Amino acid sequence: MSEELRSAVAAGVLGAERSYRELLQSIVEVARAIFRAKASSIFLLDENTDELVFEAVAGEGSESLIGRRFPSSQGIAGFVLVSRQPLVIEDVLEDPRFSREVAESTGYLPEGLMAVPLLHEERALGVLEVLDRPTDARFTLGEMDLLGLFASQAAIALDLLQRARRAQSALAGEGDLSVVARIAEKLEQRREDDEGDAAAFLAALEKVL
Amino acid sequence: MEEPLPAWSLPTEAIDRIELPEAWPGQVTREWAWGGATGAGVRVCILDSGVETNHPLVGEVQQSIAVSIEADNVLIDDDDRAGDLCGHGTACAGIVRSLAPDCELTSVRVLGAGYTGSGAVLLEGLRWSIEQGYDVINMSLSTTKQKFASLLHELADTAYFRRTMLVASAHNMPVESYPWRFSSVISVGSHESSDPFSYYYNPSPPVEFFARGVDVEVPWLGGGRLVCTGNSFATPHVAGIVALMLSKHRELTPFQLKSLLYLTSSNVGGET
Repeated sequence: MSEELRSAVAAGVLGAERSYRELLQSIVEVARAIFRAKASSIFLLDENTDELVFEAVAGEGSESLIGRRFPSSQGIAGFVLVSRQPLVIEDVLEDPRFSREVAESTGYLPEGLMAVPLLHEERALGVLEVLDRPTDARFTLGEMDLLGLFASQAAIALDLLQRARRAQSALAGEGDLSVVARIAEKLEQRREDDEGDAAAFLAALEKVL
Repeated sequence: MEEPLPAWSLPTEAIDRIELPEAWPGQVTREWAWGGATGAGVRVCILDSGVETNHPLVGEVQQSIAVSIEADNVLIDDDDRAGDLCGHGTACAGIVRSLAPDCELTSVRVLGAGYTGSGAVLLEGLRWSIEQGYDVINMSLSTTKQKFASLLHELADTAYFRRTMLVASAHNMPVESYPWRFSSVISVGSHESSDPFSYYYNPSPPVEFFARGVDVEVPWLGGGRLVCTGNSFATPHVAGIVALMLSKHRELTPFQLKSLLYLTSSNVGGET
């Protein structure tokens, strides 16, 4: 890959990660405001370690939580991820175990929470949670649909964030994509000498794939 | 030995032999469908996160099984002591118990090993449960992985032909997930009414029925209780009603159960 091309891609990718993080942050801020909730957060699934990681948090406990991890099968968020089903807990009536477990995954003790899986194509990418909406109003299926809409948006943002991170690691020479990046680099160099063979090989490869 | 019933074709002289054990009335009522039934003698399987035993709102759990996969081997622990890892399975079991107090409950835990591999464990858990011949399997779980779709489809059909009624939560988002989308299962979404016996047939599938799924009081971990919303709480309402129907009419096939649910739905012939 020529220096100019490398820097152009790098500039795009580096900017992209920051933008997508801002987008995620904006989604949790809006979710929190729309539901008049105390907090909202997005967890990303780290498939390598099978853990959920705090990617964006709005409201209570927001400072300390980013980057914190817990096992992907734990508690409400884990269930929502694995079952692909949204879950709303409105009222904790008697809760010897519930509070402690949820507090570990939210940073504070909520009285109620909504959790929805972030699905993109056939993958589950993470979970969106909204904590402590006001309990004066009865929960409606309309709110459930609204939560689903936020989830679709958050899933797209998470997918973009993951792509940006993969592209970044490819440029840095790490991960599976680095092989593709190195081939691209070699082809780029070769084109400068002799375009014919390399272009023909690339066209044939594309056809096979 | 008595000649087996015709299975693949129906010669005229065999028509008398497929007479059904019980004639349905012209007008099917809920009273006929499950009036006086308690779920006694019906085996219901909760395929979920486990069920807490000794929860007062769940009562006796006949058996607790855990399914896991290690190095491509399916492991079945038939005396699982882990209880419920989330609370959700306990909630579902409690809903079934509240509707069908005398049914037999079994927990098959397919959650706990994390996200990776959860689709395969779900598949194996379902396969195992169908082999055990439970009358009703309640599953609020689904997978979005395409590679499991055809295997799950086969399993759902196997259950259907073996008279195991699979009751599965539908998605409330336009997502391709399985097995609830298959026509051999009963798929359930939520309505907002608080009547546990109110259920509606949906003339616009794939979601087939709507049951109570908003603000449902359910048992949770440590003997606790929560108020929850989600299709996964609507599903055990239908599973419980199916258990009642089966305890009164033992011979019903999944096709007949679906028909009976339709005829007794709140928007068809059932009382609301």
